[in-house]
Amino acid sequence: MILLTGNDLASGDVIWWTGSGWSRHVGEAVDAGSEADAILARESAARNVNAGYSVEAEATASGPLPLHIKERIRASGPTVRTDLAINADIPIVKA
Amino acid sequence: MYRYDQYDQEIVDARVEEFRDQARRRLAGEMTEDQFKPLRLMNGLYLQLHAYMLRVAVPYGTMSGKQMRMLGHIARKYDKGYGHFTTRQNIQYNWIKLEDAADILADLATVEMHAIQTSGNCIRNISSDQYAGAAADEVADPRPWAELLRQWSTFHPEFTYLPRKFKIAVIASEEDRAAMRLHDIGIELVKRDGKVGAKFFVGGGMGRTPMIAPEIRDFVPEEELISYAEACLRVYNRYGRRDNKYKARIKILVHELGADEYRRQVEEEFAHMKTLGIDPPVAELDRIRAYFADPAYETGLPEAVDRSDPDFALWLDQNVVAHKQPGYAIVNISLKPTGGIPGDASAEQIELIADLTERYSMDEVRVTHAQNIVLPYVKKADLYTLWQQLDEAGLGASNLDLITDMIACPGLDYCSLANARSIPVAQKIAQRFADPQRQRDLGELKLKISGCINACGHHHAGHIGILGVDRKGVENYQLLLGGSGAEDASIGTITGPGFGEDGIVDAIEKVTDLYVSERQEGERFLDTYRRLGMKPFKEAIYG
Ligand code: SF4
Repeated sequence: MILLTGNDLASGDVIWWTGSGWSRHVGEAVDAGSEADAILARESAARNVNAGYSVEAEATASGPLPLHIKERIRASGPTVRTDLAINADIPIVKA
Repeated sequence: MYRYDQYDQEIVDARVEEFRDQARRRLAGEMTEDQFKPLRLMNGLYLQLHAYMLRVAVPYGTMSGKQMRMLGHIARKYDKGYGHFTTRQNIQYNWIKLEDAADILADLATVEMHAIQTSGNCIRNISSDQYAGAAADEVADPRPWAELLRQWSTFHPEFTYLPRKFKIAVIASEEDRAAMRLHDIGIELVKRDGKVGAKFFVGGGMGRTPMIAPEIRDFVPEEELISYAEACLRVYNRYGRRDNKYKARIKILVHELGADEYRRQVEEEFAHMKTLGIDPPVAELDRIRAYFADPAYETGLPEAVDRSDPDFALWLDQNVVAHKQPGYAIVNISLKPTGGIPGDASAEQIELIADLTERYSMDEVRVTHAQNIVLPYVKKADLYTLWQQLDEAGLGASNLDLITDMIACPGLDYCSLANARSIPVAQKIAQRFADPQRQRDLGELKLKISGCINACGHHHAGHIGILGVDRKGVENYQLLLGGSGAEDASIGTITGPGFGEDGIVDAIEKVTDLYVSERQEGERFLDTYRRLGMKPFKEAIYG
């Protein structure tokens, strides 16, 4: 599956496309499928997302998770400051 | 310390207002990200893995207590309560909001600070020896020279769009505490016939293609410093490879031309530059130098220090170094507590250091390229009280230059360019070698970790270096041995196949075990490695 991500323009927070808007929680993300480019273009123009791009992901029992470790760390927060994590329970390294 | 004149303050204030308007226009949709990005980068504002990151310049690593306190204020008010001191003697904040960025720059400007020259293909913030002005072995204080270069390079119209970024370091002693020869231009102040001048090394650097800068000129008189630096830059600006990002640094140009041909071209340009009269008058140099005059030292101070507290005695032996002035000492505050994040300091710690700077170090503090802090002017009589306050705040680690005093870049925990995490590896190594006695027994051992080939963690220059790579989406770590960023500069060699996160810690232990069994009297790890060569270490690791 394909997730859309980027940063909130004003706060810089990492955000994920939910189908109707953007969330800080990757668990709320949805598969953008073949619409990815069109959604990104529209949402970037509306400044709902900054520096947006798409990432490959997999569906897991706890929701969608990006495949690449970099995106998992983006989704969770720094692994060395779990006190600041947004989604601390995300497995960083794929099982 | 240098103080802004009216002109310095005006250009910094004007820059803040210019950026405030740029950020407003971006937030209002009057600019696209492609238009805004180069503008925010010119003000040190990056978009990193989790948020915007602001890198604040600390010219040649020197600050007052008030400036340090401002860094703590920014950490508390605008960030998540901490900052990260970098290998460029700067500080960066990881959680900045675009809507706050102009206010932060305005706050910085009130204490004569900014974030200019911390990004982009310009001459970056000038770095220097953290012991400048306090060390007994320097021929002169290098900071007036660094300050002159700062004034020359800030907003230099010809060098705002160089082929790539450009880093300059200035030192003034044979002992190199600033990795000088791993800079685009490294300047060592030397004395000849009673006059101080600059020895120029050009074309060093780390990154993908590490190089040690060759000497290009053995003496540039003070009054021609700017002409000569300008000539070095002009040749680069004209012929540097703008067609290939990976070949665009000056080290590639110097390497491809050869040092002799590069030198010839610089001399030709220098002869021309001298006719233009761009060097500042001696009175300007003297004006700058007056700011760096020795502080008002007291005389007749006691030399003896009570060593009866054993923990204090350990710290004294490891973190405190000799001062040029009787009765004073240079104090290193380690930002590498076991299990901590190298270079990170909380707002409270930063503010405490600011207080201690004012109380015990004649209002001056330094940031080191090894991500530590230095109080350069401490009375020996104050050392015990100072240490007690540092220790209570988690700043009392006694490990300067030992295996746990690691340089580690932010890596994949924070950096969008990273291939692998650096900090967890640093923490595991620190845990493995936590025993203070063991660290001391291993002696001086500079371990440096980068999360990608850009080498912000100086892995090429580590006695032991670690480079994080991405192996099919899995973090992997290459091990390097034999590098040095000091006066005996060398580039480390990769041992062989890489390791996982635990494997790399085991491999390091095999390397240090071999050192312990093979070392000769007085040899550091690096000396033993250089004597024995890679082979036995390789056998110990992979055998
Ligand atoms: S070395 Fe690479 S991972 Fe580390 S801070 Fe530099 S760019 Fe980022």
